[in-house]
Amino acid sequence: MAALHNSFNHVKAEIWPAWLITRREVKDQFRDWRVVFPIVFLTAFFPYLMNYAVRQMLNFVEQYGAVIVAERLIPLLLMIVGFFPISISLVISLDTFVGEKERGSIEPLLDSPLKDWQLYFGKMLASTVPPLVGSFLGMSVYLIGLILQKIPLPETSTIVMVFVLTIVQAIMMVSGAVVVSAQATSVRAANLLASFIIIPSAFLIQIEAFIMFWGKNVNDLWWMVVALLVLSYMLIRVGISHFAREKLLGREIDILNLKWIWQTFWRSFKGNTAGLFSWYRQEVFPALKKMRYGIVIALIFSAAGLAIGWRMVSVFSFPVEVSSLDELNENLRSIVELTYLSKASVALIILQNIRAILIAGFLGSISFGVAGIAPALVTFAAVGYLFNGLISSGIPAGYLLALILPHGILELPALLLATAATLHAVAVLLAPSKQKGIGEVWIESIAVWFKITLGICMPLFVLAAFIEAFITPQLVLWLYQ
Amino acid sequence: MIEARQLTKHFDDFVAVDQIDFRVNPGEVLVLLGPNGAGKTTTVRMLTSIIRPTFGDATIQGYSVINDPDQVRRNVGVLTEHHGLYQRMNAINYLAFFAQLYGLDHKTYQPRIEQLLSQFGLYQIRSKRLGEYSKGMRQKLALARALLHHPPVLLLDEPTSAMDPASARMVRDAILQLRSEDRAIVLCTHNLNEAEELADRIAIIHNGKILHNATPAELKTQMVGQTQYLVRYTHAPYQWAYTAQLPGIRLTSQDDHTLTFSIEDPPQQTPLLLSELIGQGVSVIECKEVNRSLEQAYLQVVSMNTEKES
Repeated sequence: MAALHNSFNHVKAEIWPAWLITRREVKDQFRDWRVVFPIVFLTAFFPYLMNYAVRQMLNFVEQYGAVIVAERLIPLLLMIVGFFPISISLVISLDTFVGEKERGSIEPLLDSPLKDWQLYFGKMLASTVPPLVGSFLGMSVYLIGLILQKIPLPETSTIVMVFVLTIVQAIMMVSGAVVVSAQATSVRAANLLASFIIIPSAFLIQIEAFIMFWGKNVNDLWWMVVALLVLSYMLIRVGISHFAREKLLGREIDILNLKWIWQTFWRSFKGNTAGLFSWYRQEVFPALKKMRYGIVIALIFSAAGLAIGWRMVSVFSFPVEVSSLDELNENLRSIVELTYLSKASVALIILQNIRAILIAGFLGSISFGVAGIAPALVTFAAVGYLFNGLISSGIPAGYLLALILPHGILELPALLLATAATLHAVAVLLAPSKQKGIGEVWIESIAVWFKITLGICMPLFVLAAFIEAFITPQLVLWLYQ
Repeated sequence: MIEARQLTKHFDDFVAVDQIDFRVNPGEVLVLLGPNGAGKTTTVRMLTSIIRPTFGDATIQGYSVINDPDQVRRNVGVLTEHHGLYQRMNAINYLAFFAQLYGLDHKTYQPRIEQLLSQFGLYQIRSKRLGEYSKGMRQKLALARALLHHPPVLLLDEPTSAMDPASARMVRDAILQLRSEDRAIVLCTHNLNEAEELADRIAIIHNGKILHNATPAELKTQMVGQTQYLVRYTHAPYQWAYTAQLPGIRLTSQDDHTLTFSIEDPPQQTPLLLSELIGQGVSVIECKEVNRSLEQAYLQVVSMNTEKES
């Protein structure tokens, strides 16, 4: 009991300074009419307007027996009522660090014994709480309005989901904006960078609206909640990892310095090496060693993809009717004769693989690596599906292995490594680095990705493409003629 | 106590602070004197662990600015160049906020805040919004904030730059008081009179390097020669000439009513000189130190360094 009490006191003592920051900033915000006015407006007047819109819409669609349209509109408007006040959080959080820097009040805070995470968390909370309070009040006013107008409320689970979604969206927007604020050199720069949060948020709202209005099940949005939570965690992690007191007091000027970008990239890509062999020895292989956790994760997801694909045969019936091995061989021979024995097919295979890893890299870079796993997952799921489907059709497993293994033994590990490189690049971005700016670390993470992709994956892909075009089909035909 | 060893800071290719060493004992004031951009603020920021040194280290009360930043900040009171107070708060709430950040409880910080506000003449305006404060008032409040938690080490960047003479006097007295309470103080200033009045040692910093670190008297002696004493007299014996061979004392000029001496150790040797003069029948009416300004010494150091660099 005493240990529990001590632990509680310890946690309280750790959180207390963050709470002090939050409390001061929230009080300060409520002293500013420019923050209070829109919150009050969006809390009191806007929900009333939405109630009126619902009433009119219901009256209109009832004439045509399309009540379902209005039923879907009610939770959608609840979400919209909740979203508008949290958009204010963006304005507050963009100002949170860089605004204090410009007003000169940040240095006394940086001099105080606050830990980085306490300062960061306190400021994040201060940006989140007032707009969320406004959001909850607005949604409550909207729901009370529905009750008073005797309009049926959405299901309780839907209401809970919309409230949770609103909280998570606010956290996601604030965590993104605080990263921007802690890294930007001026309030103007932070405001200009806000489009990187506003545009994805706008897309997000449209996707949510789509699911809510046309989706089979509104509760599918819980997946969105989970995804946003993961993204928020990543953003907070990036923010705290790269939060540097020194950078906050810097006098850097915002200019697009292409020379610096190239030099940073090249320094990280090439290292201190003089030739190709030393580059492999000093840069590529050590990078490969460092990304072992990425390889393990990519392996796990690839295995999961394989298993999912295997199981999918029972859900989606295999579309190819195969009556005999001879028929399959005939098809294979015609493919070989038609296209495969040409140099163009090699180029096509390489291009296809490059496209897959570029997509993986792009998806990984915009989703903190989460979506970067998708190409590997899909490829291995396709392999699993194909394997199970053909085996179920009576094709021997050896035949299938002969069809995949000769080039797959190079191509699939290359894809795995490309996925691992994406994950590793994200890990580089997430790793604490107080001495470097987030831009510098980002460029370095891209250089790491290129190092693995160009140094290992590309040679493997080229080799695999040649084998796939010239050897694999011949081997299969030779083995199973 | 503050101790800096080879403290260095590079910003990319720019060397802001270049291998500086100094030590400030409890009850000592070290004045960092230097032109704008010399590296004073960067040094202060390294001493508060805001900026991480590129090389070298410094300790505050034994805590390394690299390895123990939290402990360093607990032991330091900082008056920053930009005070940036929260405009919509009043003085009491502002100081209470920082007192809590430094872990003081209400019973401790309440009387402390009142005492500091009274000391710096801000008590009457304690409920006024800080946005309405004048520049000098803000500076005094920022100084009060730096002193809230009784830090053993104080880093004061231009503490009187925006103040009227009376307020500046008040702050200087406060600094002298703090020195007598055994605080180790680093003070950055451009005000040479202030430096001379408050400094136990003066470190002249230029282009990130400490060019001289000495007491004000040593600095003046090294840069503009030994202490000079002027003796004024109304009457001397007929065709009198100074012939005494007192060790460490040298006559540097003489006219009908004045004698100027260079004295190595004034407290010891000046009484001997006066006895000698009076003994020789010189009617002394005044004996005073010739004012050698710190400004002269400072400019001499800087110009010597500029010449050396060019």
